[in-house]
Amino acid sequence: MLLTLSWLLPVAGALALLLIGNADGRRNGVIRWLTLAAAVATFAVTVLVWAGFDGASSEFQFVERYPWIPAFGIDYYLGVDGISLLLVVLTSFLTPIALLSSWGSIDRKVKEFSVFMLVLEAAMIGVFVSLDLFLFYVFWDAMLVPMYFLIGIWGYDQRIYAAIKFMLYTMAGSVLMLVAILGLAYLHRTATGTYSFDLLKLYTLDIAPQTQVWFFLAFTVAFAIKVPLFPFHTWLPDAHVQAPTAGSVILAGVLLKMGTYGLLRFSFPLFPDAAAYFAPVLALLAVIGIVYGALVAMVQPDMKKLVAYSSVSHLGFVVLGICAMNLQGVQGAIYQMLAHGVSTGGLFLLVGMLSDRRHTRLISEFGGLKAVVPRLTAAFMIITLASIGLPGLNGFVGEFLIMLGAFRWDARFVVVAGLGVILSAVYMLWMFQRVYYGEVTHEENATLRDLLPREWAAVVPLCVMAFVMGVFPTFFLKPMEASVDAIVQRVQQGQTLRAERLETAERAERLER
Amino acid sequence: MLSSSFDAAVPMLCVTMAALAVMGAEAFRAKDENMPLGGLGIIGLVGAAIAAALLWNRNTSSFGVIVADNFGLFVTMVLLIVGVLTFMFSAPVVRRDGLPKGDYYALVLFSIAGMIMMAVANDLLVVFIALEILSIGVYVLTGIRRQDPRATEAALKYFLLGAFSSAFFLYGIAFTYGLTGSTRLDRVGTYVAAQSMNDNPLLVVALGLLLVGFAFKISAVPFHMWTPDAYEGAPAVVTGFMSTGVKAAAFAAFARVFLSAFEPFSGEWAPMVWLLAAATMILGTVVGVAQSNLKRMLAYSSIAHGGYLLVGLVAANEVGKASILFYLLAYAITNLAAFGVIALLGAKDDGRDDLRDYSGLWHTRPALAALMTVCLLSLGGLPPTAGFIAKWYIFSAAVSAGYYGLAIIGVLTSVVSVFFYLRVVVMMYMAERPTTAPPPAVPAVGMVALAASVAMILSLGILPTPVLNLAAESIATIF
Repeated sequence: MLLTLSWLLPVAGALALLLIGNADGRRNGVIRWLTLAAAVATFAVTVLVWAGFDGASSEFQFVERYPWIPAFGIDYYLGVDGISLLLVVLTSFLTPIALLSSWGSIDRKVKEFSVFMLVLEAAMIGVFVSLDLFLFYVFWDAMLVPMYFLIGIWGYDQRIYAAIKFMLYTMAGSVLMLVAILGLAYLHRTATGTYSFDLLKLYTLDIAPQTQVWFFLAFTVAFAIKVPLFPFHTWLPDAHVQAPTAGSVILAGVLLKMGTYGLLRFSFPLFPDAAAYFAPVLALLAVIGIVYGALVAMVQPDMKKLVAYSSVSHLGFVVLGICAMNLQGVQGAIYQMLAHGVSTGGLFLLVGMLSDRRHTRLISEFGGLKAVVPRLTAAFMIITLASIGLPGLNGFVGEFLIMLGAFRWDARFVVVAGLGVILSAVYMLWMFQRVYYGEVTHEENATLRDLLPREWAAVVPLCVMAFVMGVFPTFFLKPMEASVDAIVQRVQQGQTLRAERLETAERAERLER
Repeated sequence: MLSSSFDAAVPMLCVTMAALAVMGAEAFRAKDENMPLGGLGIIGLVGAAIAAALLWNRNTSSFGVIVADNFGLFVTMVLLIVGVLTFMFSAPVVRRDGLPKGDYYALVLFSIAGMIMMAVANDLLVVFIALEILSIGVYVLTGIRRQDPRATEAALKYFLLGAFSSAFFLYGIAFTYGLTGSTRLDRVGTYVAAQSMNDNPLLVVALGLLLVGFAFKISAVPFHMWTPDAYEGAPAVVTGFMSTGVKAAAFAAFARVFLSAFEPFSGEWAPMVWLLAAATMILGTVVGVAQSNLKRMLAYSSIAHGGYLLVGLVAANEVGKASILFYLLAYAITNLAAFGVIALLGAKDDGRDDLRDYSGLWHTRPALAALMTVCLLSLGGLPPTAGFIAKWYIFSAAVSAGYYGLAIIGVLTSVVSVFFYLRVVVMMYMAERPTTAPPPAVPAVGMVALAASVAMILSLGILPTPVLNLAAESIATIF
């Protein structure tokens, strides 16, 4: 019941909001508090899920299953394992923070904004907990609509262009995945006589390598666009820069992870042969993305764009870890997803605060803020260092594990990826230096407000998480270990099985000759 | 089974009677008496719906040429829903635009009667008669605003091209008769199944001519030329009616003729329909992108939707046949509701159907904008709407029949189509508040119809199982 509640609660909140009259900004306060209450309640529910989760088991837990469209074997089928659990918690953790960030900056059409935020949260949670491919696709596509409106209505100048680009790019990728999903269900029918969209049943399908290649590509392109993997990343800077702060926080914090989650949950275990074949290609694109993203980030004059490109770089690490497909690599990848959610979410939040105060995001417009807003500076410092991957903060653990795992697989990628770690220190610290150190160069900056209580409430949880995740990684790694192990086993087993069978077939052929 | 029972024809007769009653009432009313003619029509439609529901699963037939099997009854129900919604949208429009009330309602009812007849016809000649009944009604409705030159032009174009296509169709019937000695579909079916006629060139000619006739009516590319003009010139509510009703009726007959009588020759016609489907999806969406008039844009979108329906026809397996039915229902409600919004927002002398007229609608009429958005998202095939389930159903039919190519063309064109549906959403939500006077208040009956449509769209999108099962049941009895 808890999982259904975790996505239904935001929907219920959104429906309740629709009943409240909000013409000309009346009752904005009520609406904001109600939305926050719904989001916090959702967070509480997901924490309960975490508390009741048995980390020793690799099975799906909190499973709920009801027939939905029985003629096609489509079920309403939910469950979490160690991989999705923390992503669900991350989603519900970041949503209230994103709401707090929009408290002051969104002042028109507050009701609609809140409705879209809550619907977005529901769809994101739905994506992570669906175990039925059809249901997964429904949530995956449904998520586009609220995000589209959030960017298009409350974004900055180029918002309409960015919103449409975001929507079309993502859809173009995902519809091909739909065809592949249908194809999988059809393959299941040819093999067993009934349609099924049940992920666990589809895992056991024996798919010919040639077919795997096509299906793998269809799934992976959808996810690669979402991640975004170089060269599918061009929608990201537009969407990030134009989105309102809350949108950017969610976009960077959660939405991008849906791509890497998809790779890990669907592409690799469903099509192990094709995955083995394409893993080096993906890893190559990932390391290109790591270095390219970092280099482009370095020269950005706009802070938001800089952070956006840094996401391309960081997510490259995640993909690299997944491609390595061993325990360290995958655990590191998931850890990095969580860490990136916290630190990049935080960066967008803080950049948003600066931009609310000054209505510009250009680095050159700032300088010497350390003396003016010391508390904001401290928070920014912590999050910046977390993002760079300073030991003791959250970014370090993930990157370290990924490189460890990737090293065991193919050391060449690690050498290049290591370059990205250095570059990230360069562009982040350089930005920090230009914005906060030195003399106050623009007199408007001399009177900026420091953090408000509401902003404290948004920033402090993130900073605390950055420390906690850096110092006590086991607390987060433990629950995912069994599930990660299971998925790694599944992929490798699929590959060896196939190899063995090929060998026997070859031997038989030779004998015949 | 030649039975003289009237049962199978009752739904059709109910609608015809209502049409006659409307005509009579109009003819004998006092000059300034205001009669609830619309209500009269709705009573007839509801009566027909009850009759159709009672006939469900009974598989009756009348005179051997009308068969009330579940397939026909499903389409009949779709047509009756279209009819009721059309009436509800029409009431305020007829009053506002000063359309001749009696003529208008009677014509709509006669067209619906023709459509129902087409859906349940089991004889090529009856299909032809039905086609003419519905077409003549719709031709006149297209030009019912006689003072508007665009409407007149649209009606004339539609009429000429329609007559042309009827001739093709009739010619195809003649060839079929010449080959098989009958126009009854079941007899044609048994005859062609018994004989091996695969190499007979005349058969290909007959199939081709029938195909052209149907392709005109469902506006498949390259026989779609009349559609944008006719849809743009007609009053919005009539456009909604004909883009859904005519298409549903024509598809029902198309599917019946090609999937029952000519099923053995699917090897001959499937490649032709494949091409039609691909061309229709591609052209409909690509040209739709370039439109700045909302009605014209939706005209191209409805062409594209015809293409998706053709995909189900090509697939021709059980999923495909059922998916046509589900798609027809989802598309009919959604498209009619979208045109309903256009109709309700219009004014007497100004259709307000340009994309710019929708700028900032969110600020002036938030409820209408929201309803329109749901319709557009459903047309674009986004969850959780009926349009998504319908597209998924069609494409799963294509995939399970091995037509991956069509499925891929289909999903990619639906992404392109989302682009132009979103243009309307952008206008409504993201453009600045308009400076012109806000559109007039929408009458309650129109809002009720819209709300009901959107409720149906969402419920079909979230809980489609009952209707999916009905659709699957409907095709079990024939084919």
